[in-house]
Amino acid sequence: MNRRDRLPLAHLWVAIAAFGVAAAMAFMQALSRASLDLPWRSAKLYYISVTAHGVLMALVFTTFFIMAFGYVVVTRALERAPAAPRLAWAGFWTALAGTLAAVVVILAGKATVLYTFYPPLQAHPAFYIGLTLVIVGSWCWAAVMLLSYRAWRREHEGAPAPLAMHGMLATVIVWLIATVGVAAEVLLQLIPWSLGWTKTVDPILARMLFWYFGHPLVYFWLLPAYVIWYTVLPRVAGGKLFSDPLARLVFVLFVLLSTPVGFHHQFMDPGVSAGWKLLHTFLTFGILFPSFVTAFTVTASMEVAGRMQGATGLLDWLGKLPWRDPLFSSVALSMILFAFGGLGGAINASFGMNAVVHNTAWIQGHFHLTVGSAVALTFMGASYWLLPRLTGRELELGLLARVQPYLWFLGMLLFSFSNHVTGLMGMPRRVYDAGYDGAAAAQAWRGLTGVSAVGGLLLFASAAFFIMVMVGTALAGKRREPEPILWAEPLHPLAPRRTLLDRYGVWTVVAVILVLVAYAYPLWTHLRMARFGSPGFIPF
Amino acid sequence: MWAAGVLIVAFLATIAVGVAGSALQPPSHVETIDPTKVWNDPRFAHPGVTVDERGATVVAVGMMFAFMPAEIRVPAGRPVTFRLTSADVVHGFQIVGTNGNTMVVPGYISQFTTVFREPGEYLIVCNEYCGLGHHLMSAKLIVEEGGARP
Repeated sequence: MNRRDRLPLAHLWVAIAAFGVAAAMAFMQALSRASLDLPWRSAKLYYISVTAHGVLMALVFTTFFIMAFGYVVVTRALERAPAAPRLAWAGFWTALAGTLAAVVVILAGKATVLYTFYPPLQAHPAFYIGLTLVIVGSWCWAAVMLLSYRAWRREHEGAPAPLAMHGMLATVIVWLIATVGVAAEVLLQLIPWSLGWTKTVDPILARMLFWYFGHPLVYFWLLPAYVIWYTVLPRVAGGKLFSDPLARLVFVLFVLLSTPVGFHHQFMDPGVSAGWKLLHTFLTFGILFPSFVTAFTVTASMEVAGRMQGATGLLDWLGKLPWRDPLFSSVALSMILFAFGGLGGAINASFGMNAVVHNTAWIQGHFHLTVGSAVALTFMGASYWLLPRLTGRELELGLLARVQPYLWFLGMLLFSFSNHVTGLMGMPRRVYDAGYDGAAAAQAWRGLTGVSAVGGLLLFASAAFFIMVMVGTALAGKRREPEPILWAEPLHPLAPRRTLLDRYGVWTVVAVILVLVAYAYPLWTHLRMARFGSPGFIPF
Repeated sequence: MWAAGVLIVAFLATIAVGVAGSALQPPSHVETIDPTKVWNDPRFAHPGVTVDERGATVVAVGMMFAFMPAEIRVPAGRPVTFRLTSADVVHGFQIVGTNGNTMVVPGYISQFTTVFREPGEYLIVCNEYCGLGHHLMSAKLIVEEGGARP
């Protein structure tokens, strides 16, 4: 192992550990909702595990993987050591300490507020402080990424950043804009309130700040996955990237549109006026555009790969693709699942239809296709590709690695589609037991909750395979000279000079203006309104 | 790329036509209340249903882990306005099998109007996690032919 790879590997292992623990908890939840009476089943354990699953998957697994991947992009695409290595390590230890603090109070049952932690449900202060430290750690990472890019740019006057770095810069900018909201919520509202320094909080203000953060959070997860789709997948598939400028346009659009859309999570909230909800609706449909372009560009890149292997017919290029390669199959399958997730997202964004599915099982069905497939499956596939190249060990248990993405795909089909349907039938999300004293409506959900549990079993098996391959590779993989990490070439050569699409300074300013347009006035009128705060309530 | 653009424009047009043509708007109601004094506030001191010639008004409170009242009777085929608030944490109020669905947030009053065309018994569930008994928090809506008895 090269010394420079200790930093990404440390982050990667935290991500893998968080994923393993969270996957085990998810399996238990799927069984519980199907009303399977296992001896350890209890409402308390269920809600604790929902909280732990959400925090570990959505915040810890994703953030640590993204930080690891960011450092890989610096060392392999910019081809330099990360700037300020001490700051990078300080960020790692801060985020890890925060994770451990939050996990300890969650497992102790003192922070059963789910990963959305809506007040006035109140958690132990260590929960909020721990999550703050995770964010602070990620800010250190963001600073290291920006400093590394600045140093590279000084040595490459006028040259555009490699596409992988271009995408990671978008990720960093989206994250820095987004985390302002959650930092304001946690630092100004929740920490003083949980410590008893203030008596009450305004729950709607907290929800506005949370969802200011909560939607761009989704793109913080998704953009690194897109970087992998654009810059790793075409090469692994044996082809080239269909269009480099289109990919750059996509990343710029995400910088612009990720944040001013948060009210679409609050369609059903009182206290937010209809006009602002409508503006956020329109912007939400705007942000579908870059994802549609991505679906097109990445599929076209796969076709290019198939044709470079000799395909000539309409669809035979599909057969030429390396379906046995775990990175390729992970990404390709995650894209298929994500197509359904994207269409479901358009339904959620349409406030009329949203009224039917809001807070039902449909929603968990939806985001397991997006973050649970497009993001998580891509990150798992990327780990198969990364770990041997970082450690110099061959992938161990290769058969499990080959089967794992298909098992995830199948499990997710069963889990997600059954949840979409029970959601349409009115089953609420996040319930320990969906029996409702034998109500007729609840009886109708029964068979499908069973299908969801079978999906959960397959997903758990798939997650276990992934962990076995990772641990097996680290402990027993054959040592050899690691393969280099190479990025996809574009089909048409890249312009040698930076263009408007590379001017992130300008785009960041436009993004901030859009955020101000979408949020400043509603927040200002909200703060001026006569409001009443809520005291805290401990959930149990 | 252009195909993607056309799709987005089509989606937006669908929403815009609804907004402009039928005055369809995102659900919204801005009204506040002191969450520590819900039971003394004249707007919520007497949860229940009032029926008049125009339709019915339902006043209800969500709390850990029940709705008050637990059984709501409304007339079929006439507008029913729901007014809801919470006495403690954030709850959801969802009438299963209909599009009646809102968040119930302490300090705020949620209000929406809908019409139930099908008489019968409907399950109301809390759809926002609110604590250990979240899955037990439910109520009953009975839609009656020919109007509810006041």
